[in-house]
This record gives sequence, C-alpha cells and structure tokens, in this order.
Amino acid sequence: MLGKLSWKAIPFDSPLPIYASLVVGLVIVGVLGWVVVKGYFPYIWKEWITSVDHKRVGVMYTLMALVMLLRGFTDAIMMRAQQAIALNAPGYLPPEHYNQVFSSHGTIMIFFVAMPFMIGLMNFVVPLQLGVRDVAFPTLNSVSFWLTATGALLVNISLVIGEFARTGWLPYPPLSELAYSPGVGIDYYLWALQISGIGTLLSGINLVTTILKTRAPGMGLMRMPMFSWTALASNLLIVAAFPILIATLAMLLLDRYLGFHFFTNEAGGNVMMFMNLIWAWGHPEVYILILPAFGIFSEVVATFSRKPLFGYRSMVLATMVICIIAFTVWLHHFFTMGAGANVNAFFGIMTTIIAVPTGVKVFNWLFTMYGGRLRYDPPLLWAIGFIITFVIGGMTGVLLALPPVDFLLHNSLFLVAHFHNVIIGGVLFGGFAGYNYWFPKAFGFKLHPGLGKAAFWFWLVGFYVAFMPLYVLGFLGMTRRMQHYDVPAWRPWLVIAGAGAGLIAIGIALMIAQLVVSIRRREELRDTTGDPWDGRTLEWATTSPPPSYNFAVLPEVSGEDAYWTMKQHAREGEPPKLTAFTMPSNTATGIVCAFFATVMGFALIWHIWWMVILGGLGAFATFVVFAWRDHTEDEISVEQLERAARAPQGTQLAGEVA
Amino acid sequence: MSAAAAAAPSAPEAPPEGGVAPVRIVVAYGFWIFLVSDIIMFAGFFAAYAVLSGATAGGPSGRQLFDLQTTAIETGCLLLSSFTCGLASIAADVRNKLWFTVAMAATFVLGSAFIGIEVNELSQLIARGAGPDRSAFLSSLFALVGCHGLHVTIGLLWLLTMVAQVFAKGFREDIMHRILCFTLFWHALDIIWVALFTVVYLLGVAA
Amino acid sequence: MSAPQTGQPENGQAETAPGDKRPEVDSVGSAVTGYAIGLALAVGMTAVSFYIVHSSLIWAPGIPIGLIVLAIAQMGVHLVFFLHVNTGPDSTNTTLALAFGLLIVFLIIAGSLFIMTNLDHNMLPMEQIMRMQR
Repeated sequence: MLGKLSWKAIPFDSPLPIYASLVVGLVIVGVLGWVVVKGYFPYIWKEWITSVDHKRVGVMYTLMALVMLLRGFTDAIMMRAQQAIALNAPGYLPPEHYNQVFSSHGTIMIFFVAMPFMIGLMNFVVPLQLGVRDVAFPTLNSVSFWLTATGALLVNISLVIGEFARTGWLPYPPLSELAYSPGVGIDYYLWALQISGIGTLLSGINLVTTILKTRAPGMGLMRMPMFSWTALASNLLIVAAFPILIATLAMLLLDRYLGFHFFTNEAGGNVMMFMNLIWAWGHPEVYILILPAFGIFSEVVATFSRKPLFGYRSMVLATMVICIIAFTVWLHHFFTMGAGANVNAFFGIMTTIIAVPTGVKVFNWLFTMYGGRLRYDPPLLWAIGFIITFVIGGMTGVLLALPPVDFLLHNSLFLVAHFHNVIIGGVLFGGFAGYNYWFPKAFGFKLHPGLGKAAFWFWLVGFYVAFMPLYVLGFLGMTRRMQHYDVPAWRPWLVIAGAGAGLIAIGIALMIAQLVVSIRRREELRDTTGDPWDGRTLEWATTSPPPSYNFAVLPEVSGEDAYWTMKQHAREGEPPKLTAFTMPSNTATGIVCAFFATVMGFALIWHIWWMVILGGLGAFATFVVFAWRDHTEDEISVEQLERAARAPQGTQLAGEVA
Repeated sequence: MSAAAAAAPSAPEAPPEGGVAPVRIVVAYGFWIFLVSDIIMFAGFFAAYAVLSGATAGGPSGRQLFDLQTTAIETGCLLLSSFTCGLASIAADVRNKLWFTVAMAATFVLGSAFIGIEVNELSQLIARGAGPDRSAFLSSLFALVGCHGLHVTIGLLWLLTMVAQVFAKGFREDIMHRILCFTLFWHALDIIWVALFTVVYLLGVAA
Repeated sequence: MSAPQTGQPENGQAETAPGDKRPEVDSVGSAVTGYAIGLALAVGMTAVSFYIVHSSLIWAPGIPIGLIVLAIAQMGVHLVFFLHVNTGPDSTNTTLALAFGLLIVFLIIAGSLFIMTNLDHNMLPMEQIMRMQR
C-alpha cells in the first residue's frame, strides 16, 4: 500500500535532523498560523500564490532563494565545524550523515539558491527593462516557479522522511546505482531535480520568447539593456542545456527503477558516459548562473558611475560568444578520467579561450568606472568586491584548465576553493547587488544602506578568510569531502576557514537585520520618484512599486540607455493618450500543478504506484481545466489608469509589505 | 549565430525595431523554442545510443533483432499521419469542423497504429530475452524508442483534447493557437522518427 | 497560455509565426498541394533508404553515408513542406533558433563520440576492470 515507506524511514536514532526539522516545522506552522489568524491568508492567496504577475513571481523566486540560502549555509557551517575538529577524531557527524550534508549543501546551493536567485531577478527585471507589461506566458511562469518550489520541498522532506543522497551534488555512478545506493536518497535527488528542472526549462523558454518577441516599440536588439542581453544568453543556455540534464537523469532513473544498464558496471554499461553527459549540461550551467550576474554588474556599474556602459557592443559580443563556447569545454571537469592527450588538449585550449570574453567584460567595467563620479552605495560595493574576487577565481580557473595542472589539483580543496570563489564572488555577490539595487523598485523603499555596507564587508572579509585557506590546503594535498583526516598540518588552515564561515554568518545576520530594519523604517526610506538611483533603463521609468501592468502606455525607445535619453530630452507635452488593455487573470494552475507534482514525486520516490497514477491524472486534469477556461483576461480600463496616474507615488501597494 | 547578429551594425534608417508581436506569433515562437529544447533532449538519448550501440555484452545485436518490414510499416503510419495532421490544420484554417474532425481522426488512427506496432515489437523483444536489462545496447535502444513512443502517446492525448475543445468551444482564437502548436509538435515527432529509423534500424542492419 | 499584450500593427515584429503557411498560400487547394508534394518527396526518400540497405546498387561501405544523407535531406523536406520553415526575412528568429538548436545537437553527439571513443581506446573495458578488482 505504501511502497517502501514505513516508520523506519524517519531517523529517530539520529536526533540532530529530527530536532532541526522540528524547529523548522514549528516555524512554518507558526508563520502559517499567524497568517491565518491575522486574516492575511486571502490576500496572500489572491495576490501572491495565484499571481501570474512576473514581478510577484520574481519576488517569490528570490525569497525562496534567500530562505534556501539559510538552509545551505547551515550545511556549510556543519561541515566547517566537523573538519575543524576531526583531526584523528571522529568529529560529531558520522560519515553517512556527513556525506548527506555535503551532498545537500551542493544541491541546494546550486539548484535552489543560485538558480532561483538569478531566475527571480530576471523575471522581475527583464519585462520592466524591455518596457512591456508581462512575460510572454504569465501562467506558465507561475507553473515554473511552483515546480521549482516542489523540488526544494522534496529535498527538504528528505531531511525527515528517509535520507538524502550521499554521492555529492552530482550523483556519479556506479555509486549512485541501485547496487551501491539502495536507499531512497538518490531517488529524492533525482525526482526533485527532474521536477524543478522542468520548471527551469519552462521559465527559460518563457524568457527567451519574451526577449525576442515582446519589447517596447523602438527597442531593437542593439538597444536592449545589458542585463536583458545576458538574460537572453543565459536563457538560451537553459533551453539548450537543461534538456541534457533531464535526459541524463532519466537514464539514471531507468537504471535504478527498471534495471537498465546505461551507467552500471555490468552488461556493457558505461559509467564514463554519465560524466560526459552530466557535464555537457554542467558546464553551460555555470554560465547560466554567471551571465545574469555579469548583466547586473553592468547595470550597477553604469548607474553608480553615472556613465554609459563602456564598450556596449563588445559586451554584447562577449556575452554571445560565451553562450556558444560554453558548450565546447565540458571535458575539463574530467581531464583525469582517462581521455588521451588530443582530447584533453582540445578542451584545455577551449577552456582557456572562454576566459577571454570574460576578460573583455572586466576591462569594460573598469573603463566604465574610470573617470566616473562613483557613488559607493551597497550595489556598487558588491560590484567592486565582485571584480576583485572574480578575477582571482577566474585565474585559478585558467590554471585548472591546463590538463597537467589539473592532474595535480583534481578533486582537491584547491578546486573547491576555485568554484566557491567564482560562484560566491560572482553569482552570489551579483545576486546581492541586484537585491540591493532593485529592492526599492519591488517594494517602494530602499534597503538600509548602512547595514547593507556592514553586511558587505563581513561577507567579503569572511569569504577571503574562509576560502583562501582552502587553496593552501589543496596545495598541501587535502582532497574534498573528507569526514576526518590525520595530517596535523591541515588543522590550522581548517580552523581559519571555520572562522571565515563565522564571519559570513555575521554577514548573513546583518542582511536579515537590514531587511527587518528597512521594513520598520520604510517611511523614511520611501522612494517616491520611482527612480531612486538616477537609473538609465526603463524599469526606473515607472513607479516604485510598479502597477500590475508596469506601464500605462508602452514607452517609445529612441536609443541605448532608453530612460536616460528620455530624462535628457524631457519635454512638457501632452500626456500620452490612455487606452484600455487586458491583463491575464490570476490562476491557481501553478500551485495546483505543483501539488500534484509533489504527490507524484513523493510517490515515485517511495514506489507508491497508485499515488503516482493519481498524481499524473490530477496534473492532466489541471491542464484540461486550465485550457477550458473562458475567462482568461481582465480588462484594465481607462478610468483605472487615470485613477492610478492621479494617486501619489508609492502608495498603491504600500500596505503590502506591512 | 547571435554573435554575428550582434556584430552587424544596425543601420540608422532601418524601420523601427522592437514592439510586441501578435499573440499568435508569441505563442508559436515559444512553442518552437520548446521543440528545439525537446530535440536537444533527444540528442542526449541519441548520443547515448551512439556510444553504447556496440555494448551488446554478448547479447543480441541490432542486426539479429531488427525486422525492417515492421519499421517500414511504422514509418508509413507516421508519415501519413503527418500528412493528415497537415490537412487538419488546413481544415481549421478555413473553420471546417467536419474535415477537421475527419483529418484528426485519421491522424489518431495512424498514430495509434504506430504505437500499437511499436509496443508489440518491444514486448516481443522482451519475450525473446532481449529486454533493456540484457545489455547497455538494448537499454539505450529501449530508452530512445520508448522516449519517442512516449511523445507520440502524449501527442495522441493532446489530439483528443484538441478535438474535444473544438467541439465544445469552436475555432476560438486561443484554440487556433493550440492547434498550430499541436501540428508543430506532431511534425517534429516525425522528423525525430526519420533520424531514429535511419540511425537505429537502417544503420543497425547495414553496419 | 494567454499572452499579455494584444499586438500593435505598427511594430517591428512583423514576422510570421513558426509553422504558419506562407502568405502566398491562400487557397485550400494550394495548401493541400504543398503537403502532398512534401508527402511524395518524403515517401520517395524513405523508400530509397529502405531499399539501398539490402541492395548492391551502391558500394557497400558507402551505404551508411548514403543513408545519413537521405535522412538529412528528408528532415529538410519535412521542415520546408510540413513546418513551413524558410529563410525569408520574416522568419529570421525562427530559423536562428533552429540553427542554434542544431548546433547544440551536433556538439553533444559529436563531442560525446569524440570523448567516449577516445576513452574506450585508452582504458580497459569495465568488465575487465571489475574482474581485476576481484
């Protein structure tokens, strides 16, 4: 009846996850109870959960990323603590638990922090920058988000019911095959990623279509803001790379569920094929994450230098070159796997080549700042911190791109330091810059700058203290994922790294404080102009927060830096004529779909076949009901537009953040 | 590709670019992008098949298993169904419900025949001890053919839903968009089948 | 899937939708003819493919190449006659997206074969490695 599921699945014998999930459960129940008691539930249901507004969906993506950041960071702290004390000692985490911790840390940080953070910002900003009213497929957007949330939910359920994968963030066979991992951990991983991967793919399709087919009149491709360009490249990569991930994980699922022999080590299966396919997705994935961050820095650097972006065309070219070359470097993740010199040389050379367009971008940012009147607000601080940190991470990457060097450093802590250097220093700093930069647009008030700067400095210093020792440890020969070790020389460096993680924790606490303080003091931080940073692109041309339809009249674009040009040539004229238009209605399709996806995913993990069928039927029925609707759009009338135009700025949605 | 587009300077006297495309173009273009991603997913399975097709582990090879006559019949069904699907889209364009239904019914019958023959073929393989658990070659074969078959099955389900929608609501604008997407999907499946019967069956027998 | 904005006629996005028939195809007759030509070509190529597998009409080692050429040609026929892909200025984005996808398909398949044949050449088969482990 319940497949493999029984009371034994709940790990009563290891108290740590039980207590942790009890606390988390209590917090969730508490928040839900508070929401219901206060009577906020109808508002949250109508205005957020069922919303198809790209801004709301974007905010929910970002919120999910920030919450999951706390979860992933908890794993990080646990690992640093374990390694700081586990010299010739068992530490406090038993090996099988430690293995789950590093696996879930990687999985969560990549798939449920970095991805939703970037997708959330793209969702929020791109239609505003393009000067249009929503993404191409608003309902699909909501479905995408809720499918991603389903994946995150499944990963977190594994904490209490069953176990998580012990294979690292990529489930390398043959360890991940049924013979060596008979538990449900890998299945949790696989189904969570399949479901959220479909969500990501759909959101990629949505944004590519939005950028290529819906832009404000006059906005040709070469007039698009840089962030929209990088979003286009990133989403093209999603469309091209995520199908490979889905296919590869499907093969592993077939191996585990139906006895196929893709990656087993008997009957002709080939484990190396998994490394090959997964990295054919995995390397483009790196650029999916970093390209939007590059876009954010381009916007921030130009705005806070009060200059147009230096070398716009070279920037566009560099972005699109990265978009293509990203698909020709994947072997550098497994140089040591046994390929011959020719193959290794080809991919080594391609990998060093892909550093060139990134170098172009760094120089463009530097030249943009050169001679500018810089304002050191938090977004620019994050950008400068990024440039320095990312250059270091990029150079260690070029070092690793050389096959002979890679043979020495493969799977060492040098590698771990390298990819944290580019992902934290690049993607996460980019996300934080974007969070500080666009927060006033989303909510109508700025984030507290003082606390923002304090958080930045703790993050930056904490990052260097936490990860520079790992480079040293890599040279000292320490490999990654060690639960204990017997080399005393490593100990001091691991303790320093642990202290660095502590500094980052303070940075995170300051960010939470920044959010709380900003909400409490929102009246003094209020942005009444819609343009708090003297911006250059169209998202600043509307109110903060924007109305659900973004623009009453679509702006006419006559050059690069569209809004800057408008401000320079502002003239008193007749206000543009308002006409009525329609916006898509809110719908529960997304959340209902995600409900059935969760049911189905959970049932598949535990082999509860009747529930799988039920979930599948439910999902199909949801689509049919959605397709059968007669009322799909609401009209925004001219009276509504006029009323909104008369209302003072910043009041429309003022109640919503209370 | 876009690198070249990016490098080309946009002439100042060019007609105004940008603007919001009509809904029909947006919907069809979005679906087109989905099809591109779907084809890339198939490329993953094709790559696995190409790499593993020699790994028979002492079991039967393609030459011993494949019956080209069956493949030819399957191919005929799918090709004809592509044609009838095209006819259905023409009937929808001129809002002719009768011919639309007839053509869609023909498509459904041909598609079902394809699936029936394929399921029969695969279950015979399993009965002969040449199932996907026999060797990596057979695993990749079953996955590739099965993935295509699954797509056709989903297509059939979609087809029925479309016919029901046309009966319930007529050729409404949004339903016309969905019919366009469905025909794109169905033709794309036929293209993948061309790659599939060539790479798997014909080359499997020839090589 | 409802799209948010109704199109404005005076925009620069004057492309045709992917899969839509060319504007010069204006009657049912000409539309059916287009599909019929496509079907005839496709059936012909398929028949030739199935025939040459077993025939001695062409040099035996050339058969795989012939089959692949025929398959690619047939896919082209499907794209042009069934999916109405063309190179006109009104479908640039459609064609570019397809070209991008085909480039990725090529990179994945060719890259996988390049990498995996080289690995197989350099390393013992898995079965032998497993036997050595025992």
